Amino acid sequence: MLTSIALVIVVVMLVAAVLVLTLRSFVAAVAATAVVGLALSVLYVLLQAPDVAMTEAAVGAGLSGVILALALRRLGLWQLDDGEGVGLKPHSGRAGPGGDADA
Amino acid sequence: MRNIASLVFSAGLLFLLLVIGAELALGYPDMRVGAEYLRIAGPELGAANIVTAILAGYRGFDTLGELSILFAAATAASLVLGHRRADARRDPPGGLVLSAGADLLFPLLLVVGIFVVVHGHLTPGGGFQGGVILAAAFFVALLANPARTLNHALLGWIEGLAGAAFILIGLWTLVEDGHFLTPLLPLGTMGELVSAGTLPLLSVAIGLKVGAELAGLLAHLADTEAPDR
Amino acid sequence: MIPWSLETVSYAGAIGLVVIGGLGLVICNHLFRMLLALAMAESGANLLLVLTGFRDGAIAPIIGYGPAGAPLVDPLPQVLVLTAIVIGVGVQALAVAVLVRVYRSYGTLDMRDLRRRMEGEIAAAAGIAAPGSAQAPLGQRPLPPVPDYELVRRSAPVRERGA
Repeated sequence: MLTSIALVIVVVMLVAAVLVLTLRSFVAAVAATAVVGLALSVLYVLLQAPDVAMTEAAVGAGLSGVILALALRRLGLWQLDDGEGVGLKPHSGRAGPGGDADA
Repeated sequence: MRNIASLVFSAGLLFLLLVIGAELALGYPDMRVGAEYLRIAGPELGAANIVTAILAGYRGFDTLGELSILFAAATAASLVLGHRRADARRDPPGGLVLSAGADLLFPLLLVVGIFVVVHGHLTPGGGFQGGVILAAAFFVALLANPARTLNHALLGWIEGLAGAAFILIGLWTLVEDGHFLTPLLPLGTMGELVSAGTLPLLSVAIGLKVGAELAGLLAHLADTEAPDR
Repeated sequence: MIPWSLETVSYAGAIGLVVIGGLGLVICNHLFRMLLALAMAESGANLLLVLTGFRDGAIAPIIGYGPAGAPLVDPLPQVLVLTAIVIGVGVQALAVAVLVRVYRSYGTLDMRDLRRRMEGEIAAAAGIAAPGSAQAPLGQRPLPPVPDYELVRRSAPVRERGA
């Protein structure tokens, strides 16, 4: 039973890990890393390591995701597929593919 | 070409590691140091959570090293990021949902963080986890309203005092007992909040230091200007 | 054959994370994606370490948590991983800071682009041909002081702005 749960979690984790590398949108990739962290923390609970699970849940799924999301904002990569900024993005009429400021 | 080569290499690595895994005695580790810790940690340190007992008690010197690594990383990050330009545009404040959620979360995260730090020797948790939660608590408020800034001088003071407290406790035990960071003070009864000698004090020091460090780091990162285009 | 149990499944997960992370480090050209891959490889290594301390049928190393006398898992790897995770987030923040700096200076995070620009700048500073010209057939390479002016002109204003 426990093994089956672990198998599901591991599959979710590995799929998310592959998605981190393959997703085109960086926002989605950061979200996928948070999924990896969350799955890892559940796995730590199954492996009888509650201390590590707490750390991983707080860091891997929380703080690390925040740091990476902030970095996206600072690096001009924060955009959804349609090019529209969301939430944090100050919009001034222009919405286009960011990423490389060759100007 | 390079991609194919690296794919082949990764597949080979995967196969090799899986074969090694099939040969390993997974689930039946050869515990030597661990078994000894498990045997003596309870009676000797009076802490129910053996992980914290090892972290702050037996490997306190190691933890001091980890704290200095974290300090170095945070300092280097601040140094690399540099000062904010005065004319840089700030992020607009978050909407109603974000700010209301942040106001709701802040006290909860604060209480959970303090609980985790203070009960480190009894329940899962301790300085590192609680510190991260505390940092998150202060950062959520900043996320909702970017115009608000954390008091960096205060954070620096908290961080420095916590680090100094950790070392001072170590020096005190060095004078008392002849060994750096030896757990001292009466152990009390296991399971009570005030027990396990100096362990909770070290835990609080670690928690404050990690919390202040990470909160300062996050605030600095949030304060960096975005590319203005 | 490989037994079906919690630790083998977790082992597969840890190895998968390490391999995917390493693969991402090699394949990806974008620096931010490489940072994500590095974080994943690190998580896989952490999981592997915790796994070495796991014992079949043992419980978490907290006295009074389970029945008295029950076997406990090895606490030492857990302590090491605990600190490693927190250090990892500190190092990750440092890497992000460096990325922000790189982006400010060069305006791009693509490895190929970055390498071209940096090599062009170095070549321009040294007054020799840009290294890209080494791809030209032997005997037809440009002679020394012919820096790639286009590259220099394109990267110089960006650098000015970041300074």
